[in-house]
Amino acid sequence: MASPAPNPAPDSTALPARDTGMSRLAMGAIALGALAFAVLPLILPTYQVSILTEVLIFAVLAMAVDILAGYTGRTPLCHGAIFGVSTYVVVYWTSQMGGSPYVGVGLGIAAATFVAAIFALLAIRTSGVYFLLLTLALGMIVWGVCLRWTSVTGGENGLRGAVRPAALADGFSFYYAVFAAVAVVAFVMWRFVRSPFGLTLRGIRDSESRMRSLGYNVPAHLFLAFTISGFFAGIAGALYAMFNDFVSPSTVGLSQSVEGLLMAITGGIGTLFGAFIGSFAIIGLENLVSLYTERWQSVLGAMFVLIMIFAPEGILGRIRSFVAQRRR
Amino acid sequence: MTDFLQLDSVTVQFGALRAVDDVSIRVREGERRAIIGPNGAGKTTLFNAITGVVAATSGQVIFAGKDVTRAPVHVRARRGMSRTFQITNLFPNLTVAENMRLAVRGLSPRKFSFFGTDALDAEETRRAGAALEISRLHTRRDAAVKELSYGEQRQLEMAMALVAQPKLLLLDEPAAGLSPAERVIVSDIIRALPRDLTLVLIEHDMDLILSLVDYVTCLNNGKLLVEAPPSEIRGNSDVQDVYLGKARHNA
Repeated sequence: MASPAPNPAPDSTALPARDTGMSRLAMGAIALGALAFAVLPLILPTYQVSILTEVLIFAVLAMAVDILAGYTGRTPLCHGAIFGVSTYVVVYWTSQMGGSPYVGVGLGIAAATFVAAIFALLAIRTSGVYFLLLTLALGMIVWGVCLRWTSVTGGENGLRGAVRPAALADGFSFYYAVFAAVAVVAFVMWRFVRSPFGLTLRGIRDSESRMRSLGYNVPAHLFLAFTISGFFAGIAGALYAMFNDFVSPSTVGLSQSVEGLLMAITGGIGTLFGAFIGSFAIIGLENLVSLYTERWQSVLGAMFVLIMIFAPEGILGRIRSFVAQRRR
Repeated sequence: MTDFLQLDSVTVQFGALRAVDDVSIRVREGERRAIIGPNGAGKTTLFNAITGVVAATSGQVIFAGKDVTRAPVHVRARRGMSRTFQITNLFPNLTVAENMRLAVRGLSPRKFSFFGTDALDAEETRRAGAALEISRLHTRRDAAVKELSYGEQRQLEMAMALVAQPKLLLLDEPAAGLSPAERVIVSDIIRALPRDLTLVLIEHDMDLILSLVDYVTCLNNGKLLVEAPPSEIRGNSDVQDVYLGKARHNA
């Protein structure tokens, strides 16, 4: 290991064929998906546009879950609560304090990040099913507080807000504002999981003991990953506050956390952008099936069972492995 | 020459079992040391106590003049310890190149880059390339680790431990489970290591050891049995006893 080569060979590890790079096919698929989300509102009626808005917002929550569940190997059940803390803060700030919605969004995201950091301190020492249960318990605490602290949260009645700025009052322009925000957030998250730090998370997922012996302070990396994931969940929660103009304990409830996780799993865990597919599939089906039957939850349940059996790697994961097989 | 790694009466106790029992070893800078002993002698536990995977119940671990007995694993790695694992311990879902990137960046502040490019810089690329070359894996960069053969995975273990440019390299049975042809590759890799690197090696293969190391420590039942140069270790009656199974009960 003496003198460096005069002209070091170009890093052939920079763009490996699989996994880290992005193939032309994947870029095409993303462009197509983005185009679909951009064009659909032009042809859909108002109500469907609002459903599509919800799909985008929940895709951010599902991506935040995926950072932990897919890339770090730690499946959280508290992200609905982190998301909802942001929603509560934004609604409270605008309706009870009469503050500006933009400041409210900043405060909401900050509150969610703060809560996530505290949860992270408690949860990162555990893994597997213990991590799942601990994060579930932490999420339930937030739910309990929101339910009981009536003087601030309105208890079961929740809080009605006046969140949306006047410029975004109609559903159409609000959709495109959300679209732009989500596009930026998705790009940032993609850069994040593909960064050197993102690679350390996948290393921790595969072998913590090896990471430690290579000199990585594993708990520090887990703390940062959890907090950053909470930050993104907070962005989703703030957008949701603007979308819904209302918040109640069900927003921070367990079902919200489960839904975010199911969207990530349905789309494909560890695929990041699979979250859009998962969010679209679940919210779309919820709205579609409930038109025909009151038992729409049974239908969703059956769908999850089928996905777990036939495509445990999720819809996007299944497509990916199919394409990889065809290439061989 | 100074003592680079110094173990003072290190004991590791799991419940009633003393896996490592009052072992004192001194390894000088640049020395190549083998640790041998039958199964269950405490060799890997001793490694774990040196690298910090388990804490010594009593005794001291002094590395490069500093007491690291209570230091966590990653801190010891930063001081210049690097190891391989007896049971292959890699990142199976990542490619060879990604495994090397993690190995190269373990001691660099760039590991906390949140939005930077994941590619290595020129100097890191050269180091990763050199380590892969020595380990004969340079044509397998883009393969996923779980798709490598067992022998290739063992070679990657070595490459990852080497690329951090450690001061002390600990190899835990690098040739375990390998075919004779693959063993030759491993001993070539070890022979090609820089001569100033301090090396501690656990191995069962006597031929491999005797041609590679300066000094041999034999453990049995967690206790230090014999320390001798390789030329004498074969003829040592204590070593023959524990290896040929007619050991007396040395309590």
